[in-house]
Amino acid sequence: MGILEVKGVNKRFGGLQALGDVNLSVQEETVHAIIGPNGAGKSTLLNCLVGKLIPDSGSVMFDGKSVLGRKPYEINQMGISRVFQTPEIFGDLTVMENVMIPCFAKRDGTFRLHALESVTHEKAIREQAESILAEVKMLEKKDFHSGTLSRGDKRRLEMAMCLVQQPKLLLLDEPTAGMARADTNNTIALLKDIKQRHKITMVIIEHDMHVVFSLAERITVLAQGTPLVEDTPENIKGHPKVREAYLGEAQV
Amino acid sequence: MLGLGRKDTTLFAIVVLVTVLAPFLLNPFPADSAMAQFNSGYPDLMQRFAIYGIFAIGFNILFGLTGYLSFGHAAFLGVGSYSAVWMFKLLSMNVIPALILAVIVSAIFSVVIGFIALRRSGIYFSILTLAMAQMMYNLAYSVFSNPAMNLTNGETGLQVYASDPQYLKGNGPDVTHLFGLQMNSTYEMSVAGWKFDFGVGYYLCAVIMLVAFYIAIRIFRSPFGIMLRAVKSNQHRLNYTGVNPRPYNLAAFVISGMYAGLAGGLLACMDPLAGAERMQWTASGEVVIMTILGGAGTLVGPILGAGFIKYFENIFSKINENVLHSWFHWLPESVQNFVVHVLSPFFGEGWSLTMGLMFMAVVIFLPGGLVEGGLRIGRLFRRRPAPTPDAATKPAE
Repeated sequence: MGILEVKGVNKRFGGLQALGDVNLSVQEETVHAIIGPNGAGKSTLLNCLVGKLIPDSGSVMFDGKSVLGRKPYEINQMGISRVFQTPEIFGDLTVMENVMIPCFAKRDGTFRLHALESVTHEKAIREQAESILAEVKMLEKKDFHSGTLSRGDKRRLEMAMCLVQQPKLLLLDEPTAGMARADTNNTIALLKDIKQRHKITMVIIEHDMHVVFSLAERITVLAQGTPLVEDTPENIKGHPKVREAYLGEAQV
Repeated sequence: MLGLGRKDTTLFAIVVLVTVLAPFLLNPFPADSAMAQFNSGYPDLMQRFAIYGIFAIGFNILFGLTGYLSFGHAAFLGVGSYSAVWMFKLLSMNVIPALILAVIVSAIFSVVIGFIALRRSGIYFSILTLAMAQMMYNLAYSVFSNPAMNLTNGETGLQVYASDPQYLKGNGPDVTHLFGLQMNSTYEMSVAGWKFDFGVGYYLCAVIMLVAFYIAIRIFRSPFGIMLRAVKSNQHRLNYTGVNPRPYNLAAFVISGMYAGLAGGLLACMDPLAGAERMQWTASGEVVIMTILGGAGTLVGPILGAGFIKYFENIFSKINENVLHSWFHWLPESVQNFVVHVLSPFFGEGWSLTMGLMFMAVVIFLPGGLVEGGLRIGRLFRRRPAPTPDAATKPAE
């Protein structure tokens, strides 16, 4: 029994069958990649996991509880954090404030009227935020306005915002999309480091094979809304079906 | 100090000092000099500065922090005024119950309106608040002034009559008072040619404004304040960070509605009369302009903006053609007539034209409002000293 169990999920947009009978089981403390050509339904599947979309049928169980029908913030409180394709951060706030918000969310829940308490007196929260910033090597930039950061730094910051909540599952939607090679390698190193240190379960949606094969322990290949195969990276590389659906196409 | 950081304490101390010394600071010209018309240190106007300051501070908590632009905040001002006058009619002329009821009733109204309007954001939120405020204005103006249930007294405005019950009045005074201290009593001080007025009403408003300002600073510096700024910055991310933005928005809306109600109650305390025109959309627009002019999202901006607009409305508007003629009496008559003719649309009745031009200039050149203007001037002065080797080792902040 995995930490995330997706069973028989279907999702239709008008006449388009975006997801057809998807089954997926993610084991704890593994890095599970979902790959597939454009339009395979990767993002739709991810959106079903975080509460943005509700599947037409099927079930999504996380940690023994159903996530279906829950709001994104409730699902986050269950222990799922998400990294977006383009980094989503609070651009008007400082780096430090960006990291403190998830700390408050973790401690205080979805809402708390702490209107007359002072941020400067939140020692524990500040320490927590600083230690995670040190881990992603952003501590010296903690007073910067996050909107002015470079794209790579924004990605690190977003990662820190997710990690500081100590999620049970981290979802990454194309974490290296649009990055230069050097930045991509930095991100891979960062993710490897995170995996080692925090032992978080991760689900990565990715186009870049280099990223997938250097990180993933299990890979699911999606094509036209249905999982083709699920296997280890070594076996996926040589799998004929995969070549046909995805890698073959890329090599032409 | 007081749970504030060093910078905030300094800022608060300056505001306290200016507020307490306002009767002196706002009357810089001798009473019988030609410039006396620019004196604004009379209690009636100073009360307005403080009251609209409260209104704008509250509005800034919603607009400045969350970015939700309400076009209906005058509705809460009006509700506060009506509730206060009802307390005068039913209990006594003491201001305390009036202010308490004003805040409670405006809180109830803002919970209801906020709950509905906050289902949408952006322009739709603004339109919803505008529509609801106009609805309340019309209800107050006509529907609730029928003989069967006369809550607002329609066009005439709600006021206190001798026939009102006033159950707790006893031998109390007939004017608004704070446990016997009458709001309209003033102490006049004459020093050489100068005259300074110290009104009880002004100091009550001032103290309440300072408390309101202090609470606003605390809110700005609290985790709650960070959440509100996060709403403005990226509500999408906030949702995926485990925070439900809706109760935060509603709380900000209700807090700012309570500030508006308090301001409305104070208006009624200074002059126990409440009319529906206080709730009209122009009044809602005014507080938006005050906040943006002063600097939305800054601490003192709204107070500055409120003071600025009220000064213009009351002082600048008095410069009519006669005054202009007296200014330019030294010019040959034909030139004088021409100059006055050109300038007169911008003065006197035309004060709003000048105000509008200034507002445009501020929005275009100083997006951070008057506060940003002040900061830029401050930076200009700090940069002035040429960087010597000594200075380079100790850079200014």
